[in-house]
Amino acid sequence: MTNHWIDIQHSDVILIMGSNPASNHPIAFKWITKAVEKGAKIVCVDPRFTQSAAKAHLYAPLRSGTDIAFLGGMIKYIFDNKLYFKEYVQYYTNASFLVNPDFRLPGDNKGVFSGLTGTKYDKATWSYQTDAAGVIKKDPSMTDPRCVFQLLKKHYSRYTMEMVNKITGTPVAKLEEVYKLYGSTGKPDKSGNELYAMGWTQHTVGVQNIRTMAIIQLLLGNMGIPGGGVAAMRGEANVQGSTDQGLLFHIWPGYIGTPRGSNPTLKSFMEARTPQTKEVKSLNWPKNTPKYIASFLRSMYGMNTTLEEAFSYLPRLDDGVDYSWLTLFDQMYKEKFTGFFAWGMNPANSGASSNKVRQAMTKLDWMVNVNLYDNETGSFWRSPGFDPTQVKTEVFMLPCASSIEKEGSISNSGRWMQWRYKAVNPVGISLPDGDIMAELYFKLKALYEKEGGPNKEAITKLSWNYGKFDSKGHYHLDVHAIAKEINGTFLADKVVENPATKEKMPFKKGQQVPSFAFLQDDGSTSSGDWVYCGSYTDAGNMSARRGKADPTGLGLFPQWAWSWPVNRRIIYNGASVHPETGKPWNPALALIKWDGTKWTGDVPDGVGDPGSGRGPFIMKPDGVASLFGPGLVDGPFPEHYEPMECPVEKNLMSPQFNNPVVKRWEKKGVGTDTDVDSIASCDPRFPFICSTYRVTEHWQTGLQTRWVPWLAEMQPGMFVEISEELAKERGFTNGELVTVKTSRGELDAVAIVTPRMKPFNIDGNTIHMVGIPWHFGWATTAARNYNANDKKPEVFTTGDAANLLTPYAGDPNTMIPESKAFMANVVKKGVK
Amino acid sequence: MDVSRRGFLKLSGATLAASGLGISLSPAKANAQALKTLYTKESLTVCPYCSVGCGIIVSVRDGKVINTEGDPDHPINQGTLCPKGGSIYQMANNKNRLDKPRYRAPYATEWKEVEWEWALEKIAHNIKKSRDASFKARNAKGELVNRTEGIASVGSAAMDNEECWLYQKLLRGLGLVYIEHQARI
Repeated sequence: MTNHWIDIQHSDVILIMGSNPASNHPIAFKWITKAVEKGAKIVCVDPRFTQSAAKAHLYAPLRSGTDIAFLGGMIKYIFDNKLYFKEYVQYYTNASFLVNPDFRLPGDNKGVFSGLTGTKYDKATWSYQTDAAGVIKKDPSMTDPRCVFQLLKKHYSRYTMEMVNKITGTPVAKLEEVYKLYGSTGKPDKSGNELYAMGWTQHTVGVQNIRTMAIIQLLLGNMGIPGGGVAAMRGEANVQGSTDQGLLFHIWPGYIGTPRGSNPTLKSFMEARTPQTKEVKSLNWPKNTPKYIASFLRSMYGMNTTLEEAFSYLPRLDDGVDYSWLTLFDQMYKEKFTGFFAWGMNPANSGASSNKVRQAMTKLDWMVNVNLYDNETGSFWRSPGFDPTQVKTEVFMLPCASSIEKEGSISNSGRWMQWRYKAVNPVGISLPDGDIMAELYFKLKALYEKEGGPNKEAITKLSWNYGKFDSKGHYHLDVHAIAKEINGTFLADKVVENPATKEKMPFKKGQQVPSFAFLQDDGSTSSGDWVYCGSYTDAGNMSARRGKADPTGLGLFPQWAWSWPVNRRIIYNGASVHPETGKPWNPALALIKWDGTKWTGDVPDGVGDPGSGRGPFIMKPDGVASLFGPGLVDGPFPEHYEPMECPVEKNLMSPQFNNPVVKRWEKKGVGTDTDVDSIASCDPRFPFICSTYRVTEHWQTGLQTRWVPWLAEMQPGMFVEISEELAKERGFTNGELVTVKTSRGELDAVAIVTPRMKPFNIDGNTIHMVGIPWHFGWATTAARNYNANDKKPEVFTTGDAANLLTPYAGDPNTMIPESKAFMANVVKKGVK
Repeated sequence: MDVSRRGFLKLSGATLAASGLGISLSPAKANAQALKTLYTKESLTVCPYCSVGCGIIVSVRDGKVINTEGDPDHPINQGTLCPKGGSIYQMANNKNRLDKPRYRAPYATEWKEVEWEWALEKIAHNIKKSRDASFKARNAKGELVNRTEGIASVGSAAMDNEECWLYQKLLRGLGLVYIEHQARI
């Protein structure tokens, strides 16, 4: 989230689209309600009439997978009615930049952008015109037909309400109502916030869904202001933090792109990761990346090696190769791995096309599964339809401590890092995850020291000063030592110039680094994750703070816990003020303001002194936000493409049916060449759109909540929501058992016949949609076999994972699977 | 009088103490059944489920969680919780929590309980065997890559920041490149 939960109270209009906070982030609704009490309006756009829709002033249905069409129409409406915030757009976005004359829009280029060859774009034309010095040419009047503003206007001129209606099924009158209401937030003293979650990410156009909204927010001047923002409501208590800490193939902690084979030396790696700019007034904060890389290497190997050696020890990826989730399980299916950790995860249920994932696990020699409860992954060898005596995989199921049986921090969606304390000892002899890692590390270190092995120093020279051994030889992890390592420490006496005040400041070896502005590229500082530098300083553990002061009166609570970066509560807040005067666009909600000599309020983001001309989006090399976004692999502007599986035979917007750069696992020789990778679009066997979602009472795969009797009792099993119209057409009755099928799998569910689902009118055709929750799994059902030493739920649940049905297809930027829009059939149980 | 809930608890405690002074408080006494959190140690936590980050008070007596409730001082949830957050009492007191390491041998049909030392020793040997057999110092182009292609990892957003960071340290130290977790799905 660019803003934070409490800030939602300041919104004038809240758009809930791609999420359902009333069910899935229930306490967030406290702040939505607060906004409504102050006069705000809620707009909910969703294929289903959700609990959030029930609380909205305005609800509009749309066919799942057509969000770009819906929002593209809004962009057109904003242009047509001049609802954009002109000064904001001029000063704070790249609207005035002149684009390469050879760049072509999809409307002039058969539905694709210029540069497409096969399934990959050459992005050479997705660039700007520059002068002799390399500075981007601009037209501040934003009237040049090649400027971003005019290209954006032209691109979305195709998204007429009539066209949008035919694609989305949303009635034209509803479209207009939504566009008008949300467009009203383009006034300088109005704010609009958008709340999204997996409803937007889990599509093959997932990133572009969010980009479309980012464009709207920039046009309306809604970024960096109280009540504004694009709120990614994350699905797990610490999925923000786990991403910040680099638990993904493509990033080191702090979002530093992992090294590739083409980065042979530390210097070449630093250069490749450090963006340059010719824009003289741009701060280009990422120019500091070498300091963060050097400090990260020190956090890994301490002073045990040189920086260059440390860099050489760490693994590098091949250029252009993807190592993400879908690739990982495809490789597993193809017997490329012998070993596998499913650490605090349940991929047998959470992985798209779960039949593929479950089969893939049978190809492993060994698996380590660390969890609180028995689950479908650790016990995959006895999945429904499996014969354990035929499964070779050796499995270790290690019990870990729960969140109240250890201490440490987690980071919420609003980037608040909050400390949790240990209340009781772990159950039985279970251990905190960190303790298990430490025990494993020392065993591995001893093994490599004794027996040797390839690149063994990469293991034996890791610094690991995070605790001590007891008399019995057990290692006791000191979580505070790791938290301090993540923050960063001076490894030598050093005088550093404060970049803000230019004051020379002496630091002693062993002192904590006060903020990332003080990190160094010469190896004199460590920092495990520069974004968290400032979280654990010589003043103590910032994330444990409980101060309730609220000096701005805006609910920022700057002394409660700690917010990355640098305790800033609303990022991009430099865009909340006029660039010349420093006066807040909305004086009634002054997030930061210039008092004549300095900024007051939130920790200012990116702003120079008023009138300095520095763009506030300092993480962008050119200092402004990107209406034109050439960084993505599938286009600098979002364009509507159909989901991989959809009920329509053509894309009404263009001759290009699907996102052209999506990886096609179903093609021969790419995936497994079996049903688990199949795609069945416009296939009469699978006539209904199906989508997946959550209920309040369960969490994720249900691994932790299905074993909780109170919760299992409240939501006891798999269901499928079916419209009254479809029920009538197919003869389904409320409460009967039905089977939901796709070309990849099937599962049984209880039919819920409900007016929450309504058929869509898509270009004159009636299209039905059904919906299923995804939390259930066979391991907690009554029907399965329980051995004498098996844990057995007090309250059984019914049904298996929704992901048995979902397609093996992902967004080309993120590779997040398309779990929100696919095609299914529903039949009465027992009917073929 | 502006009394916060926690202030109110202190006040009601004072009232109980005052009853020893000979002041008749019998109607109040009749209602003032001792709170079940009396004589407990309070520990603060944040909900482990969704990402709102609600504060929760865990009350512990004799090493056992006897109550969990929303933290009224927490600025986000202000004492309120949803059904999941309200159920962590049953996460703490749940006979189905895994309490010992378990092992399933190849082709076996059931788990057996094992000791940590045995399991971790065997896992470490497995890791070394898989890593060393699949280790690639250079790729097809001859570039230095120093990576382990035979082991993959998924997880975990369910861990604390410090554990996540330590986990990536361990995995990258071993040379893993297939490192993924919930954020990808």
